[in-house]
Amino acid sequence: MNDTVKAKIQTIIDQNDVVLFMKGNSKMPQCGFSSRVAGILNYLEVNFKDVNVLEDDEIRQGIKDFSDWPTIPQLYVKNVFVGGSDIITEMTMSGELDDLLATKKVSFSQEAATKIREENS
Amino acid sequence: MAISAQKIKELIKKQFPQADIEIIDTAGDSNHYSATITAHEFKGLSRVEQHKMVYKALEGAMDGNNGILHALALQTKIK
Repeated sequence: MNDTVKAKIQTIIDQNDVVLFMKGNSKMPQCGFSSRVAGILNYLEVNFKDVNVLEDDEIRQGIKDFSDWPTIPQLYVKNVFVGGSDIITEMTMSGELDDLLATKKVSFSQEAATKIREENS
Repeated sequence: MAISAQKIKELIKKQFPQADIEIIDTAGDSNHYSATITAHEFKGLSRVEQHKMVYKALEGAMDGNNGILHALALQTKIK
């Protein structure tokens, strides 16, 4: 990954509290895993920047080197890599995502977060 | 591209000799799997670090667009 791609990615995650590198966009995800994470964030009313890696092959490859993580989607909160679809799903169900968002002062709906767990338990 | 459940298990067993490994072919196409791995090596590591250990054990099977393994739903537990 060359430095320009690295800088491009760094700028995106520096300028946005929550960034989801995904296939498709938040309104029209184009992959089950991306759709799941975007769906969770939308349901929790989290404002996030969606980056469609299908529109930029440099970012699609670069993000995997950047985070040393082989798959898409990838969620960043306050420019720290949090995880992919499995981890975000697990964290949503365990309540760890709520704690992370609260700790990092990212606004979300606590009511929605509780509801997700009730509906899926 | 495809990979057998057996091959995945071998790769993971190489890195985690005493782990309990459960692998399910979720789509029946040898390309979409779910795996639950219980290993003591995960102790004290964040989920991201645990999952990274597993991806490394797969020796690049998932890397890149033509990764031979498209989807691996992963769950890691500490023994």
